[in-house]
Amino acid sequence: MIRAFWLILALLAAGSASAQNLRIGLREDPDILDPTLSRTYVGRIVYMSLCDKLFDINERLEVVPQLATGFTWEDPRTLRIALREGVTFHDGERMDAAAVVYSLNRHMTMQGSFRRSEISEIDALEIVDPLTVRIRLKNPSAAFMSQLTDRAGMIVSPRAAEALGRNFGTRPVCAGPFRFVERVAQERIVVERFEQYWDRANIHFQRVTYLPIPDNNVRLANLQSNAIEFGERMEPDDVRTAQRSRNLRVVPVEEIGYQGITINLGRGPGGSNGLARDARIRRAFELSIDRTAINQVVYEGMYTPTRQPLPPANPFHARDFAPPGRDIAAARALLREAGVTGPLTVEMIVPNNPDLRQVGEVIQAMVREAGFELRLRAMEYASALQAASRGEYETFLTGWSGRTDPDGNMYTFMRTGGGQNDGDYSNPAVDRLLDAARTEMDVERRIALYADIMRIAVAEDASRVYLWHRKNIMIHSTRLTGYSPVPDGLVRLQGMRLR
Amino acid sequence: MLRWLARRFAQIIPTLIVLSVLIFGLQQLMPGDPALILAGEERGDPMVLAQIRAELRLDRPLPEQYLNWIGNVLVGDFGFSWRIREPVAKLILQKLPVTFQLASMAFIIAVLIGVPAGILSATRRDTPTDWIANGIALFGISMPNFWLGIMMILLFSVELGWLPPSGYVSLTEDFWESIATTIMPAFVLGTGVAGVLMRHTRAAMLGALAQDYVRTARAKGVAERVVVWKHALRNALIPVVTLGTIEFGRLLAGAVLTEQIFTIPGFGKLIVDAVFNRDYPVVQGVVLATALIFVALSLVADLLYMAVNPRMRQA
Amino acid sequence: MNALPPERIAAPAARQSPARLALRRFLRHRLAVAGLIVVVLFVLGAALAPLIATADPNATSWSAIRRAPSATYFFGTDENGRDVFSRVIWGARASLAAGFLSVAVALFIGVPIGLLAGLAGGWVDALISRIADAMLSVPFLILAIALAAFLGPALENAMIAIAISASPVFVRLARGMALEAKATDWVEAARALGNPPWRLGLVHVLPNIIPPLLVQATLSIAEAIIAEASLSFLGLGQQPPAPSWGSMLNSAQRFLTQAPWLAIFPGLAIFLVVLAFNLVGDGLRDALDPRSEKR
Repeated sequence: MIRAFWLILALLAAGSASAQNLRIGLREDPDILDPTLSRTYVGRIVYMSLCDKLFDINERLEVVPQLATGFTWEDPRTLRIALREGVTFHDGERMDAAAVVYSLNRHMTMQGSFRRSEISEIDALEIVDPLTVRIRLKNPSAAFMSQLTDRAGMIVSPRAAEALGRNFGTRPVCAGPFRFVERVAQERIVVERFEQYWDRANIHFQRVTYLPIPDNNVRLANLQSNAIEFGERMEPDDVRTAQRSRNLRVVPVEEIGYQGITINLGRGPGGSNGLARDARIRRAFELSIDRTAINQVVYEGMYTPTRQPLPPANPFHARDFAPPGRDIAAARALLREAGVTGPLTVEMIVPNNPDLRQVGEVIQAMVREAGFELRLRAMEYASALQAASRGEYETFLTGWSGRTDPDGNMYTFMRTGGGQNDGDYSNPAVDRLLDAARTEMDVERRIALYADIMRIAVAEDASRVYLWHRKNIMIHSTRLTGYSPVPDGLVRLQGMRLR
Repeated sequence: MLRWLARRFAQIIPTLIVLSVLIFGLQQLMPGDPALILAGEERGDPMVLAQIRAELRLDRPLPEQYLNWIGNVLVGDFGFSWRIREPVAKLILQKLPVTFQLASMAFIIAVLIGVPAGILSATRRDTPTDWIANGIALFGISMPNFWLGIMMILLFSVELGWLPPSGYVSLTEDFWESIATTIMPAFVLGTGVAGVLMRHTRAAMLGALAQDYVRTARAKGVAERVVVWKHALRNALIPVVTLGTIEFGRLLAGAVLTEQIFTIPGFGKLIVDAVFNRDYPVVQGVVLATALIFVALSLVADLLYMAVNPRMRQA
Repeated sequence: MNALPPERIAAPAARQSPARLALRRFLRHRLAVAGLIVVVLFVLGAALAPLIATADPNATSWSAIRRAPSATYFFGTDENGRDVFSRVIWGARASLAAGFLSVAVALFIGVPIGLLAGLAGGWVDALISRIADAMLSVPFLILAIALAAFLGPALENAMIAIAISASPVFVRLARGMALEAKATDWVEAARALGNPPWRLGLVHVLPNIIPPLLVQATLSIAEAIIAEASLSFLGLGQQPPAPSWGSMLNSAQRFLTQAPWLAIFPGLAIFLVVLAFNLVGDGLRDALDPRSEKR
């Protein structure tokens, strides 16, 4: 009886692996699947199958055509986009200039749209002909194109969007390679091959199932026992185990974001902390941290220590801006210079996940030697966010998932009054440079502007301590071929197949 | 009896009202702005935050928010999840059967192991059987679920390849596959509860076996088996029933950690994610549903008390 | 006539005072004495942690991360190169406090309320029972997050949260036993003789409900020790780097296969303490229950 039971199970397991069905283990359950209203990183992974964008990025973070075939700047404020011919949405509607204008308008005007600020530079939209759109901007913008490579560039079926309204996210209808089949919250999202997809020759799966599996050990166990073929954002601790397995392949991809410490320089009750007093104290704090050691101790040396918001993969990454080595003597000297005698107590909020909590403990031990008494405060995300936005914190160990354009990693964090400038950092010189870099279309000059910003905001003012760039560690079955990693960590299904 | 039952049902309504006020109050005590957490990384735009607050009526005074919500609940509308826009009623109906299946399996395992082990332990008091049973029971209780869970996954899924490591298939979809996906988490949960039941059964049995009437029965030459099963056990069951119904309720309210590890999309995961995401309509709906479960189970407990000891009916 | 009030059986046999008798009965229970010794050892270990620990529990050593147990590190080292043995010893302070005190508070709150419900019956019972139902259905997580923000991050506040959430079980247990006791002949007789309800509860019912309460209390200690850890991750409870067994277990979760000793030793400590408390509980029950004399 029991033996028969196992036999049945074995047969079931064997049967499910035969077809060209891909199962992807996600680290979290995505939020609503409406390109206008969604905001999680993990949701963007799922959009890769559902919703094509006007443009995409490649492994060098260059803009490449997707639903659009090309673009030209008619003048610094006028963008002309040519659309691909013969593209249809999952409901059979044609994807044309009217649909593009509809989608962009939806992003801009829908209540609670998270895309609004991304494309707020749009002044007017014009339909030139059924396959050409003209976008007029309020100001020249170097960052604008990159927005069209992400959710703001996703085109939805106007008919479905009108019919479903705010519930569009429960049954999204776009023009991606797969169409939505079903979603069971916290369990699975299933998509199915869309036969009329414009690039169907490159799609080899019949069905893709996204399974949220939050526990890292268990996501790995699923890979090891062949219950999923692809696991995203795995832990550095898992890499060695996976490498020992002959059936698994580990692909570490440099991310486009960063992890660092936000320092409250003047917001709310936490704004009058010891670090806010003097840039020298903050520099001393930074000098007492050994980024390489953190990386070794907590992340098996897999990540990239940094001192800036732009990872090496980003073309605007500032060269000659390597993180300084740990120097306790110099840190103590700076503290003396700033008139600090005796231990300086600073509080740091750490998110309640195990690795960042360990980082907190490591930093705590490191800065003690220089004369900082770092008190750690573990907090869940929602409490920490509120503390950050109200200034009820002194320092905050936090990260940013990153955007392809450098502006997305800096402007809102460093500009006076910026939406995510939780430390209320303010330096008019930096503001001027940030504004200039936004409109500077020449790449070399823009690189120089960002280098200047970092020299002032990071090296001199020490407004924030950047610590490392993560790697998106992808682990997949060796049966899977054709995965081409892109630094944004999203899983593009084109070209992938199972052997 | 009927009047007593009717009274019990009538009590449900004030309980739910008081609870709903309590949960609204606790939500206010919790830090974290739902609009802010809903925006997450996209929180840089104050206008969007204001729009969200307006849409979710978070900018209204608290009593108005409450009355609006309870008014809708009374006509059967539990609202929708702020995070994924699914109706709360649908989510609850989707997750409850999953948790019910898991909880029932775990509870059956627990009762099948815990109660006989407790009886055996009590009748063979201070023998190696007793010590071993106690040791195993306490081990089951103090062993962290995540540890046992991961170890089982590593053994049965990764090493032996017998069972799927995580996920869930419903009973109607595929019966055996459904059992296969839930047997490990049910066992992990069951061992802990089995330990609790075992310890209570043992203690109660020891007490009952020392009672005069049991000794009288023995003296009269009634067979030991009859003494144990008929006379002693019946009188030992009160604390076992109390704890059994509470533990079953806790299992139904969601075994958060175990569901998390085995990625079982049940009640526990629903509520935890809702709390962390400040998805208040889901939190409120789930808590009301949980309260119904506990009220129902304490009714079951009282009925069981009467079944076990008919004299308690007067109470 | 199926049960006499306990004191009436015990009284004729008692030449010594009941307390001394109880003590003698307890000491004859070898396992209970062993349990008591283990508890005392742990308490001593916690109290004398600075003397026993071989190293500073918070001293990190980046060159000795996740070392297996050895002569230098009895229990190995953790992910920050800290000595696990010393952390287990020091962690006893937080974990024993969280386990023992919070359960004691829960007992103290829960039992009188449960007795009241069971003995008084009627609307008092209905009110108390429904409140207990409501409390059971409030997710622990919500209580913990709200209290963390409200009271601030401290071990005592974690104990308050644990005690609050553990008390309904004792209410229910005490109520159930009181209902049963109330249905017995001798309580009815005592009531007929005009004893006031509080006296009934104290003298006649309480002694009979001690066994299940002891069992539950000793079991709840395990839950409380583990609950403290999840609280410390939410900002209540022991804050890093100070150790507690629960939080050690939590951080061991990342290294279950690479460094199993990180989970094994704090886990073993919890098991031993729970086992010891249970044995002591068994012994106490026998000692307090005179009927066991005649076994």
